[in-house]
Amino acid sequence: MATRLKDHWREQRLFLARVIAGGVTVVALTLFVMLRLVDLQVLNFEHFSELSLGNRVRIEALPPTRGLIYDHNGIVLAENLPSYQLEMIPEQVVDIDGSLDALVELGLLEADDLDRIRTDIRRQPNFRPVALRYRLSEEEVARFAVRRQQFPGIDIQARLIRHYPYGSVGVHALGYVGSVSQSDLQRLDPGDYAGTTHTGKIGVEFAQEDALHGTVGYRQVLVNAQGRILQELERDSPLPGADVTLTLDLELQLAAEAALAGRRGSVVAIDPRNGHILALVSQPGYDANLFSAGISTRDYHDLQEDPDIPLFNRALRGLYPPGSTIKPAVGLAGLHFGAIAPWQRVYCLGYYTLPGSSHRFRDWKPQGHGPVTLNDAIAQSCDVYFYELALKLGIDNMHDFLAGFGLGHRTGIDVPAEKGGTLPSREWKRENFRRREDQVWFPGETLITGIGQGYLQTTPLQLAQMTAVIASRGQAYRPTLVESVTDPASGETTRFEPEPLPVMEVSDPAHWDAVIQGMVEVMHGPRGTGRAAAADAAYRIAGKSGTAQVVNIAQDAKYDAEELDERLRDHALFIAFAPVEDPAIAVSVVVENGGSGSGVAAPIARAVMDNYLLRNIQ
Amino acid sequence: MMMLDEPLDRPRPISVAQRLLTGLHLDGPLLFGILLVSSFGLFVLYSAGGQNSDLLVRQAIRIGVAVFVMLIIAQIPPKILRMWAPWLFVIGIVLLALVLIMGEVGKGAQRWLDIGVLRFQPSELMKVAAPMAAAWYLHERPLPPKFSETLVLAVLAVALPAALIARQPDLGTALLIAASGLIVILLAGLSWRLILLSGVLALAAAPLLWFNMHNYQRQRVLTFLNPESDPLGSGYHIIQSKIAIGSGGVFGKGWLNGTQAQLEFLPERATDFIFAVLGEEFGLLGLCSLLLAYLFIVLRGLYIATQAQDTFGRLLAGSISLTFFVYVLVNTGMVTGLLPVVGVPLPMVSYGGTSMVTLMAGFGILMSVHSHRKLVAQ
Repeated sequence: MATRLKDHWREQRLFLARVIAGGVTVVALTLFVMLRLVDLQVLNFEHFSELSLGNRVRIEALPPTRGLIYDHNGIVLAENLPSYQLEMIPEQVVDIDGSLDALVELGLLEADDLDRIRTDIRRQPNFRPVALRYRLSEEEVARFAVRRQQFPGIDIQARLIRHYPYGSVGVHALGYVGSVSQSDLQRLDPGDYAGTTHTGKIGVEFAQEDALHGTVGYRQVLVNAQGRILQELERDSPLPGADVTLTLDLELQLAAEAALAGRRGSVVAIDPRNGHILALVSQPGYDANLFSAGISTRDYHDLQEDPDIPLFNRALRGLYPPGSTIKPAVGLAGLHFGAIAPWQRVYCLGYYTLPGSSHRFRDWKPQGHGPVTLNDAIAQSCDVYFYELALKLGIDNMHDFLAGFGLGHRTGIDVPAEKGGTLPSREWKRENFRRREDQVWFPGETLITGIGQGYLQTTPLQLAQMTAVIASRGQAYRPTLVESVTDPASGETTRFEPEPLPVMEVSDPAHWDAVIQGMVEVMHGPRGTGRAAAADAAYRIAGKSGTAQVVNIAQDAKYDAEELDERLRDHALFIAFAPVEDPAIAVSVVVENGGSGSGVAAPIARAVMDNYLLRNIQ
Repeated sequence: MMMLDEPLDRPRPISVAQRLLTGLHLDGPLLFGILLVSSFGLFVLYSAGGQNSDLLVRQAIRIGVAVFVMLIIAQIPPKILRMWAPWLFVIGIVLLALVLIMGEVGKGAQRWLDIGVLRFQPSELMKVAAPMAAAWYLHERPLPPKFSETLVLAVLAVALPAALIARQPDLGTALLIAASGLIVILLAGLSWRLILLSGVLALAAAPLLWFNMHNYQRQRVLTFLNPESDPLGSGYHIIQSKIAIGSGGVFGKGWLNGTQAQLEFLPERATDFIFAVLGEEFGLLGLCSLLLAYLFIVLRGLYIATQAQDTFGRLLAGSISLTFFVYVLVNTGMVTGLLPVVGVPLPMVSYGGTSMVTLMAGFGILMSVHSHRKLVAQ
C-alpha cells in the first residue's frame, strides 16, 4: 500500500471528471433555486401580493404583569409602578454612537453607562428595543420630547417597572429583578419572555420566577408606513403572574433591622413549629430599586467597592465560627452518647491540658469556674467543661450528631445561593487538605471544635435552624420563605405545607430538657451570661451567647488604624428561642466585630423576640 | 474567456489592461464577476439599509479592504501557500480552542476573540485554513484516497475544526467548514461507493445530532418544518421573506419601493435576508441575474481548478469555488424557505465585513493558482 506511487495523469483525469460532476451539480441546483423562485414569484404571486398588501398588520408581544410579593400579613413588598423609559431600536438609528453622545450631552445618559448600553445593543437582534434609561422624570421626558426629531429610532415608552416600597428592607430575602441577560436567556423560554425586560436575579424574585412571571400575550396592530400604531385589531391578553405571599413578617423584619442598625451582621428568625422564616436580615443592605431601575455603572461600582460588602448575603452565605453557641448541641451529644451525665461535675481550673502535653487550652475566665455541671457549664459558658466533653466524644461522634442540627450542609431554604458551612471530621480533613501531613486530625482540633472554634463554620441561617431544632426537641422543618402562591385569575391559593425533616433521635427525651434548662439558666439564672438581656421579659427565654475570633483579615484591604482595630474585634453571636414552654420563635444574631455576644448580640435577639411575641402571644 | 488562458509564449498583441491584470496576478473574468456582484450588492444594500449612505460608504470601504486582501494573496505563489497550509491550520485550531475558553459571547454564542483593538472570529480563518490543510495533506499522497489511514486522517482534520465551531455553538459555520473540507476529499477522487456509504451513515446519525443540538437550533429546525408554528419567533423571518419575494413577481416593485423591506416587516434585511429585498424590488429577473452572476464566478473558479498545475492547487481551487456556491445555495435556500434558517450571509451582497474578507481571500488564492502557472506546455 505504502509503495503506491502517484499517477499524475490518472489523478488529473479523475479530477477533471469530479469537477465536471461538481459543475453539473452546481448548475442543477441553481436551476432548482430558480424553479423555487418561479414557484414563489410567478405561480404564487397573487397569494403573496395579497399578504404583502395586508402586511400593515404587525404582531406585538404583550409582556405579562409580574405578580406581587406580600409579607405574611398581606403587606406589599414588591409591586409594579408605571414609569417612563428611553428605548432605542438599533436598526432604525442612523448613527448609534452619535445619538448616544448627544443624549449624554442632553444629560439624559451618563457617560459611564455607554459601554453597558453598547454591549446591550450588540447582544440583541437589531429590531428589538434596547432600554437606554429607566425612570425618567417628567422634566427629562419633556427635555427629550422637544428634541425627538433629532433622534430617529429612539423614543420614550411608558412601562411598568418593579418597585420595592420598603427599598432595602428584607432585600436579602426578597432579592430583586434586573434586565434579562444573555445567561438568563439560556434558562428561560424566549417565546415566553418576548417583550419581558426584567427577570428575578436572586432571592424570592429568582426562586419564584416561574410563578411571578405570568404568561405572555399578543396583539395585532395596524401600523402606518412609519411603523406607528394606528389601531389595535386583535388582542390575546397576557395572564398576569401569580402573587407570592412570604412567611416573612414585615413588622418583625423592620424591628430586627432597626435593632441591628449601624452594624454589620445578620439576624434570622424562624418559627420552629413549621420552619417559616419570620425575619431574615443581612446588614448593610442595599436598595433593591436600584437594580429594577437599571443600575448605573457608578452605583454598581460603589456597591461592589464598599468595604462593608452590602451585596453579600451574610444570612445565607456568611460563614462564622459558631463559638459558644454550639455548646448546647455539644452538651446534648454528650448526654446522647453517655459521655456525661447531667449531675456529673468537671473541675474548671481556667485552662485544660491534653495528657502528655503542656499546651494550655484556656477558658475565657482565667481564674476558672470551679466545679461545674452541664447546667452550669452552659449557663456560664465554661470552656474547660466542653474541652473535656469534646475529647470524650471524639470528633467523629460530634460530627455525626451535629449534622442532625443542620450544620455542615445546606438547610435547603427555598431561595438560591445558600452556603453549607463546614462541619469538620477526620474524613473531611482527609478530603480537603492536599498535603499528607495536613490531613492528620489532631486531638487539639477536637477540643476547639467543642467550643465552636477551629474549622467549624456556620451561616446565621444554620444557627437559627439549629436553635429551632433544640426548641422543637428534634422535630425540625425545612426553612421556607414562601408561604403560598395565589393565581390572580382563579383566585386559587396554593399553600406550601411545612416539610418535616427527619426527627433527631436522642437516647432519652429528657436530655432535651437538661440542655434547654441550661439555656434557660443563661437568660434567667443568677450567673447566666445573658441575664441582662432577659431582664423584665414577659416570657421565659432559652438562649446562648457566643463570641468568635476573627481569624484573618483581607491582606490587601486598606483601613486606617482605628478602623483596623474595629475589624479585628471578635464577632458577637447569640441564639435564643421563646417562650420556653411553647416555642414560637427561634433567633440567631451575628454581629461582625461586635465584641461581646451577651452584651451586643443578646439585646438584639431580645428586641426581635419582644416585637414578635408581645404581638402574637397574649 | 479562453483568450486569456492561452499560454502567453506566442507573440500576440496584448492591451494595457491585460498587461496590468497579468502583472498584478489577477484573473480578468473572475475579477469582472466579483466586481459585478459587489457593485450590484451595494445598489441593493442602499435600499435594504433604509437609504443610509453611511452604511453604503462603510460597506464600500469593506469591499475595498477585501479586494486589497485578495490582491495581496494573489501575489503569493501557491507553493508558499502550500507551505503555510499546515501552520495556518494549527493556528486556527489553537484560536478556536481559545475562543471556547475565553471568547466573548455575542448574540447567544461564543464566536469572537477580543485581541485589544480587534475583534476577530477564528472560524473565518478556518473557512480558508481547513480546505487548505486538506489539500496540503492529500497533495503528497497517492490519489484517489482509498479507505485507509490517509482518508481517516483527512476526514479527522476536517471534523476537528468543525466540532470546535459547533461547540461555540455555530452549527451553520461548522457545517460549511466541514463541507469545504469534504469537497476537497471528494475532488481528490473518493470512490462513489464510499460517498454513498457515508451519506447513509450521516442519515443514520441525524437523530444523534438532534439530541446534541442546542434548544435554539432545534427550534430552527422545527420552525423550518412548520414556520406558522412560531409566527413571532424565527418563523417570522421565513414568512416575511417569502411574502417579500413572492410579492415581487417577475419584474419587482422597483428599487426603493419594496413595502416589505421599506416598511420594515422583513427582519435582518440588510444582512442575512437581503436576497428577499432584491426579490421584492427587482423580481424574478433581478434574482435570476444575480444567480447567473454567481454561477459565472463558480464555473470560472472550476475552470481555474482544471488548469492548475499541481494537486494542491487543483483541490484547493475546486474546493473554494464549490464552497462559494454552497454559501450561495444555503443563503438563497434559507431565504426562499427551502432550507432552515442558519445565519449564513449572501456572499458579497449582505452587509458585514468579516465574511467578505474571507471570501476575497479565497478568490485571491484562485487568482494565485491561476496566475503563477509555469508557462511551459505539459
